Amino acid sequence: MADSTYRIQGATGDWEVVIGLEVHAQVTSNSKLFSGSATAFGAEPNSQVSLVDAAMPGMLPVLNRECIRQAVRTGMAIEAQINKWSRFDRKNYFYADLPQGYQISQLYHPLVGEGSIEIALDDKNPEDTKTIGIERIHVEQDAGKLMHDQHPTMSYVDLNRSGVALMEIVSRPDMRSPAEAGAYVSKLRTILRYVGSCDGNMDQGSMRCDVNVSVRRPGEEFGTRTETKNVNSVRFVMQAIEHEANRQVDVLESGGKIVQETRLFDPTSGTTRSMRSKEDAHDYRYFPDPDLLPLELDDAFLEECRASLPELPDAKRHRYENELGLSPYNAGVLTAEVETARWFERLLAETAKAAGKQPAEVAKQAANWLISELFGALNKLGTSLEESPVTPEKGGDLLALIAKGTISGSAAKQVLEIMLETGEDAGVIVEREGLKQESDTGAIEAEVDKVLAANADKVEQYKAGKEALFGFFVGQTMKAMKGKGNPQVVNEILKAKLA
Amino acid sequence: MTDLTELGVAQIRDGVAGGEFTAVEVAEAFNANVAAAQDALNAFIVTTPDAAIDAAKATDAKRAKGEALGKMGGVPIGMKDLFATRGVQTTAASHILEGFRPEYESTVSQKLWDAGAGMLGKLNLDQFAMGSSNETSYFGNVISPWRRNDGGNAALAPGGSSGGSSAAVSARLCPAATGTDTGGSIRQPAAFTGITGIKPTYGRCSRWGIVAFASSLDQAGPMARDTRDCAIMLEAMAGFDPKDSTSLDMPVPQWEAGLSADLKGKKVGIPREYSMDGMDAEIAALWDQGVAWLKDAGAEVVEISLPHTKYALPAYYIIAPAEASSNLARYDGVRYGLRDLPDGANLQDMYAATRAAGFGAEVKRRILIGTYVLSAGFYDAYYTQAQKVRTLISQDFAKAFEECDVILAPTTPTASFALGEKSDDPLSMYLNDVFSVPASLAGLPAMSVPAGINREGLPLGLQVIGKAFDEQGVLNAGLAIEQRAGFTAKPAKWW
Repeated sequence: MADSTYRIQGATGDWEVVIGLEVHAQVTSNSKLFSGSATAFGAEPNSQVSLVDAAMPGMLPVLNRECIRQAVRTGMAIEAQINKWSRFDRKNYFYADLPQGYQISQLYHPLVGEGSIEIALDDKNPEDTKTIGIERIHVEQDAGKLMHDQHPTMSYVDLNRSGVALMEIVSRPDMRSPAEAGAYVSKLRTILRYVGSCDGNMDQGSMRCDVNVSVRRPGEEFGTRTETKNVNSVRFVMQAIEHEANRQVDVLESGGKIVQETRLFDPTSGTTRSMRSKEDAHDYRYFPDPDLLPLELDDAFLEECRASLPELPDAKRHRYENELGLSPYNAGVLTAEVETARWFERLLAETAKAAGKQPAEVAKQAANWLISELFGALNKLGTSLEESPVTPEKGGDLLALIAKGTISGSAAKQVLEIMLETGEDAGVIVEREGLKQESDTGAIEAEVDKVLAANADKVEQYKAGKEALFGFFVGQTMKAMKGKGNPQVVNEILKAKLA
Repeated sequence: MTDLTELGVAQIRDGVAGGEFTAVEVAEAFNANVAAAQDALNAFIVTTPDAAIDAAKATDAKRAKGEALGKMGGVPIGMKDLFATRGVQTTAASHILEGFRPEYESTVSQKLWDAGAGMLGKLNLDQFAMGSSNETSYFGNVISPWRRNDGGNAALAPGGSSGGSSAAVSARLCPAATGTDTGGSIRQPAAFTGITGIKPTYGRCSRWGIVAFASSLDQAGPMARDTRDCAIMLEAMAGFDPKDSTSLDMPVPQWEAGLSADLKGKKVGIPREYSMDGMDAEIAALWDQGVAWLKDAGAEVVEISLPHTKYALPAYYIIAPAEASSNLARYDGVRYGLRDLPDGANLQDMYAATRAAGFGAEVKRRILIGTYVLSAGFYDAYYTQAQKVRTLISQDFAKAFEECDVILAPTTPTASFALGEKSDDPLSMYLNDVFSVPASLAGLPAMSVPAGINREGLPLGLQVIGKAFDEQGVLNAGLAIEQRAGFTAKPAKWW
């Protein structure tokens, strides 16, 4: 991908934006990082809290193997170095949502080291990529939540989230525009969802971004950065960067200096505001957690992690293009969400089976139908692929009917509409509604002969060179057959007869 | 009839099992001693006579049905108030946890109850186990049952932090008690009161449910009259606990059955560096005596070197406070324990007021030290350096144990001192731990055995330090000393 041309046009010239992201991704696991409590979203406050999560005296953390497994698999998915020896550190600070008075995290020896992911800015051209470096992934505990709206003078504390496992995925400052940052977050989310290590539900806080932004004259040294905390959607990440970069340019151009500080994003106004400066920054007094032994991973564990990795989005996209012959755009659309890809692959298998063909022979048809027919229809119904009344099995039956020439493309649209309403099988609908098209050459030939005989004058004109009349003959034949003639066969016979 | 409170763990266990007396009779006798001594000695923060009787009844009922009794069947004990006990106030001798009644039972105490022991009460200690004289307890200091033979009535320190435990065992308020040892908190009070105490290898006893002081050092152990009683009780306390990540996943040896005072073929190391200038002459003499006893038991004595010994105490007083400063952050007034919420206070004000009122001076001192040594800019100079020293000290021991099986040293540099004598001078108080801290930093098993009486009439202890996991070697050397020392002195009853 060409170097980003994104610039902020200041009064004194162009400025380049430098962006690094720290993404907190909640690890998908049934229980918390160091306790057996459940992690379900939206439970009654303080209903998923163990003695450990509440930091009762004498309670000790015990590491949840599954959380480590998920973080390792994530590291493998971004081709990162997996550290067979890592350790947990305590990050000490006081807050009412932090029962222990420290967060167990990994500062000095993180679980996952250097890796990278590829991003693309143009849907139509997914091969035009840029590599974004990832510095590390470490595993840590989430804090609880304060509720300020329950009492006039007091705040309440909900510890359900306290101790839930997070992966902090730290990028290099490799992004140069809001669009690149947006593409990075989206791609990261896609990978996490493929791996199954995070559900990626940003609206539920399962993925949150800390956005580091600085500006500089193109080609010069990095400027001083600010960190905007807890931005929780792709759109907000882009907004926050745009606002923060422009603010920094304004400050610099009016002779000011950027203060290294932590800022907050206000989603309603799309602006950022100062939270605390470096001088007020906490001294977290990190030190190795003496309640936990260093984490050592053996080869068998790593092997299992690797063996359990699914086909990842880039590999899948390449396969769709190279083996199934899909267009780059279609391959991109179908692989952007793991659920879509899974649905498509089931559809493909069902279609091939029902039509008695190889998957590659029906792949384009299935991809086009899914993207242009089913997505559109579901959109209109305001529902999603997961909740679609048409399952891949039923969709495959329908596509096989088209592939075998049993129904026409336009009849298929009709059938789909009824399927979405009633959930019936395509075959049943086709029978009942009489939508089967006639492909029998003899029957079609007889109709064609009748049409040509009844329109002898037009046949003359056609033969004299008025080729536009071909469509008229097709139309007449189809009308005579009440629309059920296989258009392809009709065309072929007409061409032969009129030659 | 024998005075049941003169009996130790093994005698009570065997007597109850053999029908010489009932567990209830034993519990009643100790309950009476506890009640009679409480005002004078202040060994307990809470007494639980009913719990002791209930456990005794259960043991007697089992015996009546012919069922096997546990390792501690019918033995009432004192529980250091650092162990969480379900429904019974657990304070760590602090104001900040005053009134706190856990809904859970520590692994070690649960194991003891499962083994047939009963609880006489929760024993006083230095606040959060920080202290060497029991003077930092919010509930008043424990008074040692021992007095000098000078005719004066000066109140003496029972040692710390397990000072309630040591006083109670030596005053016959209980045949045995739990202790915890971070830098000497079992061994030093045992030495001060003429009883036996062993800190096992780090990880032998689960820390789950023990109020944490310094996690990488804290280790529970028994305090009792003699070596056999310690072996029995340690068997009941020890064992792998999946709830403690630092717990040792190893079977618990049969230490009692393995007891043997025959040390033929064993080598005892005498660390050169423990002979310090200005060492109490009586302690030095006792150490020599100990060497002679062990030779008599068949051991070969070799001189060894532990070259980094002099750095152990400074390293300990960095590492332990560092961990404590973090471990004690949870006492913030938000969820349990004391909350001081002045009018119009915000969260920070609440923290400040709660912790100012809830922690004693020594605890605050250590939190401040710990916070300081972990601070940005100081971390490497203090904490990292101290961890390096800790590694060197472990290596010292590893090398020494290539030449010997156990190490013999004094437990403490002096006998017990008068209350108030050192409380204004933290450094001289910290020096009490000089012989006990190295084994703690290395996580090694170590015990104190009463071995003599000084010219003031106060008990002195000898310390045996062993290889990791070799509690048996430590206990056996302790037994050899015990048999030859013939220590039978006990405090004259004045309370």
